[in-house]
Amino acid sequence: MEFIETLINGLSIGSTYAMIALGYTMVYGIAKMLNFAHGDIIMVGGYMIYVGLTISGNPVISFIAAVLSCIILGITIEKIAYRPLRGASPLAVLITAIGVSYLLQSSAQMIFGSAPKMVTVADLGSISFSGLTIPVYVLVTLACSVVVMTALTLFVKYTRTGRAMIAVSEDKGAAQLMGINVNRIIMITFAIGSGLAAFAGLFMLMKSPSLSNTLGAMPGIKAFTSAVIGGVGSIPGAMLGGILMGVVEAISLKIPPIAPYTDAIEFIILIIILLVKPTGILGKKRREKV
Amino acid sequence: MALLEVKDLEVSYGVIKALKGISFEVNEGEIVTLIGANGAGKTTTMQSVIGLIPKKSGTVIYDGEDITKTPCHKIVHLGMSQVPEGRRIFQELTVYENLLMGAYSKKKDDHFNEDLEKVYKRFPRLAERKNQIAGTLSGGEQQMLAMGRALMSRPKLLMLDEPSMGLSPLLVDEVFDIIKDINKDGTTILLVEQNAGKSLAISDRAYVLETGSIVLSGTGEELSSSEEVKKAYLGV
Repeated sequence: MEFIETLINGLSIGSTYAMIALGYTMVYGIAKMLNFAHGDIIMVGGYMIYVGLTISGNPVISFIAAVLSCIILGITIEKIAYRPLRGASPLAVLITAIGVSYLLQSSAQMIFGSAPKMVTVADLGSISFSGLTIPVYVLVTLACSVVVMTALTLFVKYTRTGRAMIAVSEDKGAAQLMGINVNRIIMITFAIGSGLAAFAGLFMLMKSPSLSNTLGAMPGIKAFTSAVIGGVGSIPGAMLGGILMGVVEAISLKIPPIAPYTDAIEFIILIIILLVKPTGILGKKRREKV
Repeated sequence: MALLEVKDLEVSYGVIKALKGISFEVNEGEIVTLIGANGAGKTTTMQSVIGLIPKKSGTVIYDGEDITKTPCHKIVHLGMSQVPEGRRIFQELTVYENLLMGAYSKKKDDHFNEDLEKVYKRFPRLAERKNQIAGTLSGGEQQMLAMGRALMSRPKLLMLDEPSMGLSPLLVDEVFDIIKDINKDGTTILLVEQNAGKSLAISDRAYVLETGSIVLSGTGEELSSSEEVKKAYLGV
C-alpha cells in the first residue's frame, strides 16, 4: 500500500517536472536554444499566485493571472533578449539566457525581499480509499497534467500551428518556404512553455508553501535533466523523462539509507542513460544534410 | 510581361561577394534557367530572391510588387514557391503531412482536396505512399514530394533548385518531363541546374552565371549552340 502511495506521489512530482521539461524541450526543438531562464518563469508564476491571493483571495483567479503573466513575460523575454540574437553563436544566446535568469531572480528579490513567503493556495486535505491515503493536491496535480499534456499533444499533431511547429523544428528554412512565419511560431512556443511553467509553479506551491526567488532553480535543473533523459526536442520524451525523474525521486526519498543522495541518484541516472543512448530515450539522431 | 524582375542584385556572405549585381527577368509562362558551375551563385540567387537570405542591394519586383525587403513567408503567400536544393522535405512527417505543409499559405479548404488530387495524379508514387514517413522515401520519391509540396500552394512562379541532383538518368528525364508539364499547365518556372544540356532543351530563355555575375544570356536554343556554353557546360 505504501508503495502505491509513493508511486502516486512520484507520478505527481514527475508531472511537475514534465510540465517544466516540456517548456525546455519545445523551445530547444523550435528555437534551437537552451532557455536557462525557464526555471525562473516558474518562480515568477509562484509570486504572481502569491500577489493574486493577497489581492483577491481567490486561488482560481490568482492562478489564471499567474498563467497570463507568465505567458506575457515569456513572449517579452523572447522578443527583447533572444530575438535580436537569432543567428548569433549559441554561446551568446546561452549567456544571455543565464543573464535573464539572474535578472528575474534579482528582480524578485528586490520586489518581494529575500525572506521566503508562505503561500497557502488552498487547503485541500487528503482522501482515503481502500487503504490508501493520498493528499488531494497530488490528485489535482495528476489530473491537470494529464489534461494539459493530452491537449498539447493533440494541438501539436492536429492543428495548423502545431504542424508548423514541427516543420520549424525540423528545418527553419524549409518552413519559411512553406509560408510559415518562423518568428511567430517561436513566439507561440515561448508562450506555451511559459504558461506550462505557471502550472508547475502552482503544483510546487500546493506541495510545499514556501516561496522564494530561487523556487525555480533546482526544479529547473531537474526538469532540464528530464528533457535530456527523454531526448531533448521530443515532446513525449519530456513527459517520459519527467515522470521517470519524479518516480525515482519519490522512491529514493522513501529508502532511508539512500534518501540523502536522492539528487545525486537522479543525475547519475542521467549520466548512465546518456552513456547508453546519447540522444536520450526517445531522441532521434538527426541525419546530417548533404 | 515580366512576372519576376531582378535588378542589380548583390548578396554577400561576410566579406565574400556571392552575387555581384545580377539582373534578369522571368516572363509569365516561361521556363527560364540559370546555369553555372558549383559556386557560381545559383542557389544564392534563388534563396535571396525568395527572401531566405538577405540582399545587400538591388531590387526584386514580383508580379508588379517590390519584394526586395519582404520576408520569405510573405513572399510565399504572394504565390512564389521553391523546391530547395537538397529537397529539404520534412523527414519526420508523412507524405500527406508534407503536402499539407505545402498548402500552409492557403486558407483551409481553399481547393485543398482538388490540389491534393492533382499532385497525386501527377505523382502516383506519392498517392501510394501517402501515409509513409517521408524520410524513408527513396531519393527520387523525395524529389517528387518536394515538387508536389511546392505545387500545393498553387504558385504562379515555381523555382526549382537543382531538381535533378543525385537522381538516376532515368529519373532525371522524368523530372524534366514533369517540369515541362507543370509549365504547360500555366506555371512559370525558374530553374537552376548543373545539367545544362537537359535544362537548356526545355528552356525558353537562359542565363549563364559565373562567379556571381551573369556572363551570357539568350534563348535556350541560342545558348545550346553557343561555343562557350558547349565547351564549359555541355562538355562537347
